[in-house]
Amino acid sequence: MRRTRDPAELARIARLIRAHIVRMVGIDQKGHLGGSCSAADIVTALYFYQLRFDAARPDWPGRGRFLLSKGHSALAQYACLAECGFFPKRELLKVKTLGALLQGHPEVDRTPGIEANTGSLGQGISMACGMAAGLRLDARDSRVYCIVGDGETCEGQVWEASHAASFYELDNLLVFLDHNGLMTNGKLTDRYNTGPYPEKWRAFGWHVLEIDGHDPGAIVGALDTAAGLKGRPTMVVAHTVKGKGVSFAEHRPEFHNGTLNRAQYQQALRELGADPDAPFDETPLCALPEFALPGGAAATTGGAA
Amino acid sequence: MSPTLATARIQNPREVYGRTLVELGRADPRVVVLEGDLGKSTMTCYFEETFPERFFEMGIGEANMTSFAAGLALTGKIPFTNSFAVFAAGRAYDQIRMGVCVPKLNVKIVGSSAGLSDFGDGSSHQTVDDVAIMRVLPHMTVLVPADAIEVRKMVYAAVAHPGPVYIRITRNDLPDVTREHEPFVIGRPGLIRDGSDVVIFAMGQMVSEAVRAADALAAEGSGARVVNVSTLKPVDEAALIALARGFRGIVTAEEHSLIGGLASVVTWAFRNEHIPVRCVGIEDRWGQSAHSYAELQQEYGLTAGHVAAQARAVLND
Repeated sequence: MRRTRDPAELARIARLIRAHIVRMVGIDQKGHLGGSCSAADIVTALYFYQLRFDAARPDWPGRGRFLLSKGHSALAQYACLAECGFFPKRELLKVKTLGALLQGHPEVDRTPGIEANTGSLGQGISMACGMAAGLRLDARDSRVYCIVGDGETCEGQVWEASHAASFYELDNLLVFLDHNGLMTNGKLTDRYNTGPYPEKWRAFGWHVLEIDGHDPGAIVGALDTAAGLKGRPTMVVAHTVKGKGVSFAEHRPEFHNGTLNRAQYQQALRELGADPDAPFDETPLCALPEFALPGGAAATTGGAA
Repeated sequence: MSPTLATARIQNPREVYGRTLVELGRADPRVVVLEGDLGKSTMTCYFEETFPERFFEMGIGEANMTSFAAGLALTGKIPFTNSFAVFAAGRAYDQIRMGVCVPKLNVKIVGSSAGLSDFGDGSSHQTVDDVAIMRVLPHMTVLVPADAIEVRKMVYAAVAHPGPVYIRITRNDLPDVTREHEPFVIGRPGLIRDGSDVVIFAMGQMVSEAVRAADALAAEGSGARVVNVSTLKPVDEAALIALARGFRGIVTAEEHSLIGGLASVVTWAFRNEHIPVRCVGIEDRWGQSAHSYAELQQEYGLTAGHVAAQARAVLND
């Protein structure tokens, strides 16, 4: 699959990913719209720029690893996995139904492309550390990418993991903080402030970068910069907007795991450039001619790690 | 068939565990060890000396240790997490549940100084509940060795078994009650001593107490069969039932709460059988400090004398 570092193209893909998130939230159901949309640009850049993978062989040992410590943003990852060809796109429409491939939170043994079980907060970053240590023991050059939520930093385990990553000098680990400023019931700064984040991670011995988490150019730039940072893990504090891309959901905690009525659902899709009445396009991006690589080469040739 | 504990070799299960980890580390490069700052108690210190690059000191952070181990397992390693049982199983329960057991990862959790064996430290460091909370987890295998011989075999079996395993290890020295040459098979109960009147199903530390109880009963003319139930999950119910066929009564003996441990296993296995069962174990209460393990055994009713008393009672039921 062809990779792109073009900010405009990554932004277009992220809009498509957000439209899938809205479809997966559905009408009159519950779904994690807010945090999936705040992480969508980062997840998109990871799959369409950075990660080395082979969708036909999800367990290819040379792949880069990406796991969501904030497992409730799974909808963003599911949308990217489907567009990269890990499973048929129609699975997106069956999310959270009985027996579905796509569970409410990521499950490694159920969904191709998922790297770990997450959902109980604070644990994924520790798993990412363990993966980074394991890859290093095997002298693999694969890197581990993880997204932690700012609300998730209430969990003490995030800081246990941050000690471990620093002590073991896991410079093959890059973590994004999806800093959307909202917890389930309101603003973090009002209810349970866990910042300041850059200062805290610097004190824990990490390299720290700070970016606009909705600027694809800045995300790509941070990924490039982090690849050259040695000796310590890297934290990218990404300033984001919960519900980004859906006007009525932006900055609104009630859409953390919210419900869309029919009118909201249709409006959200239209704002994201999708026609709510059009039939669902089952062709993934990876199958389109503009994403094909010469000679049908696998995605393993793209990406950094 | 009747070991006399008076002449049995005494070994320390933790010591044998630590040495066995080194053997396995040598045999299998996938074996890695994580430690929660108790390496000189859990005896992972030997592995640290021999394979420092595969040893991870995780500090006093059992939650992170367990999820970190899950990450290592996801890269193909066979991690052993180590701490006192109360922390390895209890403090990290949610990490074991979601990160390890749901995806059936190859993580081995070793709960050391289990039961009341950390007698001086009191309820905060003692486990009456670890077997219960590990048993209730789907995909988990739960092993409780009766002696150091079995510890060594269990660690090998745990590595050979794909998936999560919990091993409960006492701090106490224990007499050898199992036999070196008999293989350990996960799920298979072991016949320790034979008799024909009452069956004593025992777990861990209580297997040797059951043997002593059987000696006392034999002197009174009652034959007690002692069975070592060292796999608490999965349970081979048919094997347990076959071992009690034709007997007049059953006694269970465990150094654990009567809720969720061996008593639960046996009474459930025999739910459709018509045979009286009596249970020796810890009533629904916490541990406490004492100057010796023997004092706690007496206080909580966990001696050979208590087992023999229940055997006499069940024969009159």
